[in-house]
Amino acid sequence: MVTLYLILVTIGWVNIYAAVYSEEHKSILDFGQNSGKQLIWILSSLLIALTLLLIDPKIFNTFAYVIYGVNLVLLILVIFVGREISGSKSWFGVGDVGIQPAEFAKLATSLALARYLSAIDVKIQNSSTKVYTFILIALPVLAILLENDTGSALVFTALIFMLYREGLSGNILILGLMMVVMFFATLMIDKLIVLGIITIVALIIIWFVRKNRKILWISIGLFFLTAGFIYSVDYAFSHLEEHQKTRIDVLLGKQVDLKKAGYNVNQSKIAIGSGGFAGKGFLNGTQTKYNFVPEQSTDFIFCTIGEEWGFVGSLTLLGLFMGLLIRIVTVAERQRSSFSRIYGYALASILFFHITVNIGMTIGLFPVIGIPLPFVSYGGSSLWAFTTMLFIFIKQDSSRLNLL
Amino acid sequence: MILKQSLSGRRFVIISIFLAIGIIYVTRLIYLQLIDDSFIISANRNVLRELTVYPPRGLIYDRNGKLLTYNEAIYDLMVIPKQVRDFDTIEFCKMLNLPKEEFKSMFSKAYNYSPYKASVFEKQYSKEEYSFIEEKLYKYPGFYFQSRTLRKYPYPMAAHTLGYIGEVDNSVLDSSHYYKPGDYIGISGIEKSYEEVLRGKNGCTIMMVDNLNRVKGSFRDGLFDTMPIPGQNLYSSLDADLQAYGELLMKNKRGSIVAIEPSTGEILSIVTSPSYDPNLLVGRVRTQNYVKLSEDADKPLFNRALMAKYPPGSTFKLVNALVGLQEGVLKTATAFSCERGFHVGKLNVECHPHPSPLDLMHAIAVSCNAYFCKAFRAMIDSRKFHSVREGYETWRKLVMSFGLGEHLNTDLTSELRGNIPSANFYDKYHGKNRWKSLSIISLAIGQGEIGITPLQLANLASVIANRGYYLTPHIVKAIGNKKNLNPKFLDKKKTLVDAAYFNIVADAMLMVVEAGTASSAKSDEYKICGKTGTAQNPHGKNHSIFIAFAPKDNPKIAISVVIENAGFGATWAVPIASLMIEKYISGKITRPDVEESMINAKIY
Ligand SMILES: [Zn+2]
Repeated sequence: MVTLYLILVTIGWVNIYAAVYSEEHKSILDFGQNSGKQLIWILSSLLIALTLLLIDPKIFNTFAYVIYGVNLVLLILVIFVGREISGSKSWFGVGDVGIQPAEFAKLATSLALARYLSAIDVKIQNSSTKVYTFILIALPVLAILLENDTGSALVFTALIFMLYREGLSGNILILGLMMVVMFFATLMIDKLIVLGIITIVALIIIWFVRKNRKILWISIGLFFLTAGFIYSVDYAFSHLEEHQKTRIDVLLGKQVDLKKAGYNVNQSKIAIGSGGFAGKGFLNGTQTKYNFVPEQSTDFIFCTIGEEWGFVGSLTLLGLFMGLLIRIVTVAERQRSSFSRIYGYALASILFFHITVNIGMTIGLFPVIGIPLPFVSYGGSSLWAFTTMLFIFIKQDSSRLNLL
Repeated sequence: MILKQSLSGRRFVIISIFLAIGIIYVTRLIYLQLIDDSFIISANRNVLRELTVYPPRGLIYDRNGKLLTYNEAIYDLMVIPKQVRDFDTIEFCKMLNLPKEEFKSMFSKAYNYSPYKASVFEKQYSKEEYSFIEEKLYKYPGFYFQSRTLRKYPYPMAAHTLGYIGEVDNSVLDSSHYYKPGDYIGISGIEKSYEEVLRGKNGCTIMMVDNLNRVKGSFRDGLFDTMPIPGQNLYSSLDADLQAYGELLMKNKRGSIVAIEPSTGEILSIVTSPSYDPNLLVGRVRTQNYVKLSEDADKPLFNRALMAKYPPGSTFKLVNALVGLQEGVLKTATAFSCERGFHVGKLNVECHPHPSPLDLMHAIAVSCNAYFCKAFRAMIDSRKFHSVREGYETWRKLVMSFGLGEHLNTDLTSELRGNIPSANFYDKYHGKNRWKSLSIISLAIGQGEIGITPLQLANLASVIANRGYYLTPHIVKAIGNKKNLNPKFLDKKKTLVDAAYFNIVADAMLMVVEAGTASSAKSDEYKICGKTGTAQNPHGKNHSIFIAFAPKDNPKIAISVVIENAGFGATWAVPIASLMIEKYISGKITRPDVEESMINAKIY
């Protein structure tokens, strides 16, 4: 995991350099540029990592709620004293550097959830547990939503994977996934057609389960739930803010406006698509180097990789991420302490969401939601937060035999 | 524990979901990066810009190597509106000498064209203005200079012949792939007819630009770039000294001078008056000056030498004599009497007093109208022909073989064909077969419907100088280092009249100068052959015409001079032609008094 981490961080650094590279700023160590700054972030992250490896891992279990509480206070505080950057009031300005408490909320919430759910007397099957869990997640989400940072708030929905592992009914996971599918289906196709298909499917199911009254009623209930969901999505969408609506429309190909909202995604696809098999070569990306792709060192860093390193490069990065996720899950399973395991799953869930959404938006499979690619994207808060999260887990794992 | 086991199995579900997304994404990447090529094209369209590299336009020299046209660098102030930052507009406007409102409208014009693409903010600053502004321009990002070239003329002459260049118009853009909006193209004169030679070939550099259209460097180190090929220099057949002298002589007169070297068809001088300084139609002042010139009542933009057609008057008697000789209706000894003119029925063509009867040579020398009316009738009504129409058409065919009534196909633009009326024209005018030689008798003395341009008149002199043929007149002697010219200019165009008859006419023309109507042109050094003419002008005083060539043997120059509203041909056209001939052949003027009176004369 440490190796994977170092590789990813290096890939990030090199590609941030490529993304901001210009004739005037040739040095990768130019601290006026993102690549130079990222090096500082990386070095400080390594320092954090080292510190984490040295301290007693029990401290996180012990102070989980404290960390959660402090973070929550910061999240709320930032709404009032924060700096507004690109529409989100989620930054604490410290001189030149901005700190985003939302990035650390993922860590804090993971810790708190791990602490709560690992308690002996807590069973996720209990309704009260569900309510508390929901509250633990909902508080930071609410605060982040108030900061107008929808992207970061959405990340928390990924925790459903961790909850599923800890005993949440599989139906809920399926329901969740179904809802995502329905969501896109409703927006992409006319809602009446979707409704029609659902009705046909429901009738078939009802025909097969007509003997079993209980399942029959559940099926009918599910059908009405789905129909209701479809209507609410349609309703919500028509009441979305204009820019969000356009972003989603662009993604769905309903609206092609290459100069405005579709520009980012389109240019990003061009960048990745023009990379071909082997890419254009390091520092030779024309799309990214000449600023056709926006925010290429942060949210759209995957473009730089896709363009300059081609299919080989993007496949490698995707492989590395998949490897990391599977590794985290596997390592989580071997934990003796449920705190560590739960924490590990939370980490994997959050990473998975980030990776899926970030890469998905650059290749035009997801709406543009401004969340970074873990370890790779430029940005101090995100790198620090992910590093901390990962190394807490690594430390837990290394001392798993001592922990219970 | 069982529960634990089963829950632990859920990791496979989770891993499967992870991998499912992974597979979807890989599939998508395969599509984007390996299958669909359109993204590569889009990326190239994004980033590659073909920039035209303009080669220097060819220079134009005169026949002796004097530079007539050269290039001067000028500077267009360009703007990319999106790159412009807030700045002190008052100071900026002061620097450019612009009213603020105008600045605003110019800027919004550029912005409306494209916020990201460069457009010309203000055209054609001189080198001096450029260096003054350039020093301060760093304060105004988004503005920069782009150099272009302008034509400059060291001698303010031959404006019509050299022509001018200007931006291509839409009709050219539609028909040619070579030009882009804003490119320059020859619009008239040599600049137009030799456009392809002068312009060279544009080069192309492929540059990479960023999202704001800023140039970031060359593509693959210029692997696909092409070098511009410079335009070729032209050697005009003009004699700059003679041209300048002609323009000096024609000052304050309306009319033209065309001088041709008979043995080659090279045009030595082509003067139209009034004219203008070619430097007026260059650069920022051009539009303004063009309007002024085109509104000028004297029509300085009208190229009389090529576009004005006059009845040639008595000079046309030469043609009628030659046609008559060729058709056998005239012999050297043929004599006709003159009764102070030609009188048939109600028709009277007056003549001036002179001995009568006259033979052909003397009739030419004294320019007897009666003689040529009679000769013309003899020609048209000859028994050889079955009808007046056939007689006329034979006459017309012979006349047109002198390069009259049709385009000479020179390398000059806007040359008109003149007019030798067709039989059909007279059919329409008088009714079919209702006209006879008397109806068109004015053609005998070069009046009536007939129209000849000064260039054609000079070519007529050239034909007689060559004793029966001409080479298509042309203004460019050589292109670049090559001596070979368009082969059509080397082709001798023979008239339908035998060479032998031309000697008779040449002798008569010598007589005109030695002892006839053009005795003021007489030179002691060489023999000048000439013929005066007076073109009837229904709108005012008659036009004075003289055509000549010299020396009689091995002629070096054939010339036509037309002075509008100057009355009798001998008074003005003859001395001016003789001065031109003298200037060209001997290089000095032996009669400064004549020269002075000609230069100072004002004839309108
Ligand atoms: Zn007479």
